[in-house]
Amino acid sequence: MHIPDGYLSPSTCAVMYAGAVAGWYSALRRLKRMLLSRVIPLISVFAAFSFVVMMFNLPLPGGTTGHALGVTIAAIVLGPSGAILALSIAIAIQALFFGDGGISTLGANCFNMAIIGALVAYAMYRLIAARAALASRRRVIAAGVAGYVAVNAAALLAAIEFGIQPMLFHDASGTPLYAPYPLSIAIPAMMIGHLTFAGLAEAVISAGIVAYLQVADPGLLRSTSGLPPEPAQARTPADAIALRPAASSARRLWIAVAVLMLLTPLGILAAGTAWGEWSPRQLAHAALTASPASSAAAPAGLRRLSTLWTAPFPAYAPTFVRSRSFGYLLSAMFAVGFLLGVSLVVQRFMDRHRRSGSTA
Amino acid sequence: MSARGFLESTTMGFARALTRAMLSEQTARQRGLLQSLDPRVRVVGLFALVLAVTLSRKITVVAALFAVAIVLALLSRVQLTTLIKRVWLVVLGFTGVIALPAIFVTPGSPVAQLGPAMITEQGLRTATLLILRVETAVTFTTLLILCTPWAHVLKALRALHLPKEAITMLAMTYRYVFLLVETATQMFDSRRSRTVGRLPPAEQRRMAGRTAGVLLSKSMATSEEVYMAMQSRGFRGEVEVLSDFHMTMWDYAGLVLFLLVAAVAVGVGR
Repeated sequence: MHIPDGYLSPSTCAVMYAGAVAGWYSALRRLKRMLLSRVIPLISVFAAFSFVVMMFNLPLPGGTTGHALGVTIAAIVLGPSGAILALSIAIAIQALFFGDGGISTLGANCFNMAIIGALVAYAMYRLIAARAALASRRRVIAAGVAGYVAVNAAALLAAIEFGIQPMLFHDASGTPLYAPYPLSIAIPAMMIGHLTFAGLAEAVISAGIVAYLQVADPGLLRSTSGLPPEPAQARTPADAIALRPAASSARRLWIAVAVLMLLTPLGILAAGTAWGEWSPRQLAHAALTASPASSAAAPAGLRRLSTLWTAPFPAYAPTFVRSRSFGYLLSAMFAVGFLLGVSLVVQRFMDRHRRSGSTA
Repeated sequence: MSARGFLESTTMGFARALTRAMLSEQTARQRGLLQSLDPRVRVVGLFALVLAVTLSRKITVVAALFAVAIVLALLSRVQLTTLIKRVWLVVLGFTGVIALPAIFVTPGSPVAQLGPAMITEQGLRTATLLILRVETAVTFTTLLILCTPWAHVLKALRALHLPKEAITMLAMTYRYVFLLVETATQMFDSRRSRTVGRLPPAEQRRMAGRTAGVLLSKSMATSEEVYMAMQSRGFRGEVEVLSDFHMTMWDYAGLVLFLLVAAVAVGVGR
């Protein structure tokens, strides 16, 4: 998944560098609130560890081998900010010293694997592990699933970056200037390999390390476990940069929402209409092609009801928006904004309710 | 899976990485064109050439830059066999496989029929452009690595205004990569000497997890020790990078030449 130089256009590289710099900046700023003198050796040695783990040639079920990324275990032990920096440094050393991955594409590689990889891995791990005990089997499974999902999320991003190249960058004769395959080829081609081997390799190593740490060094799992720190236990180095809960997790949620909104144009790629979301006309057409003998009309009730409510954004795209993907994005932003607004109002209401309940 | 087990193939990978690093240190000490220039000129110049490779849109221009890379390699006493083995064949194997289907699937004017598949002119051009571009860019990067000791690359990056903290972390990471590779190799060697026959894959996977876990515990302990050592020597989070490079006329000439070649390539190739 290390994109070499030459696959992405310079403007794509610039955009990805901008995204990566934003991620690095916020990660470094969050860590700087802790002790910088502690952060530097911790991140450096962890980056070296990630680098070495990437070289493990893992035997996978089915008889093949694969390499892990190591981003999941970094997110579990260091938290997302630490993982972003450690992985970015490991990726930079691979590019600068071993020529693995390009220099112009370093921003894209760090964005896909270190930033999105770490955020997705951390979110999945916290979501699945919840507040399970440190030694519980649930944490091992959570680490495995987080690894699998994180690697595939990173691969999907890389595939999208490849896939938009021929659409945006071609010469007068239509020759693609960079990665030559459109999204319809790039996404399946990338995802087949990652849904099978690479994702599995990351799942195997993440689950394996967590299972080992549960027995040998459970303190390393504590800082991101969501469990209260044990006073009797010595603080681990990772505690030094463990995340602050409330405020920063909300900010991460905002980032995740923003990324998901940017990914919404992917919906256009899915062929056909989602099952059960047919319009009356589509339904009539489907019925006609399925069995010519049956009544060629949509149920009368559906036809009547379908005119009852006209959504402000029919088929997710306002009529004044010509470009389909832009319409999608706009609809997503509107929908997310609306949902966030509603949830904020509900939360405010519940807070007030709780406060008045506690004073009563 | 391959004939060798997890232990053997991973140890071989470690050995390959160490050999590469040693080779770089050797070539960097030789007397050649790139080695004679200030490391900052090398970093800026070669990065500019990589940028020119990605910016130019014509096959001929990228091919000319590839020729520049070969001339630079020869003048810097980098063995072409090293480049062939380390760069050209590897890139051809990887990018070649990726680019090959593009010959058939890229829509455009057909030039030949191969069975049921149609080869298009646009497909041929895009595949050639991709392979040539990647080959040239990776050659420039490899030349930088082969002709510059890592410590100098880092100091030169400071000239590009990278944060000092980032450079310190890159330097420390590189140092501990070797320590951890050595630790891991010793762990694998000792395990191999105690293993008779072949382990079943599931057991190999468990072992990989445990080995990585031990390595992680050791890494965290090491980082704690390093922190203590740094603190006891007065480190308070302020990083100082010594810079003892000075530019001579020769360096300025080299820089101007690099930037000129890159600018001409971008100008002609657009």
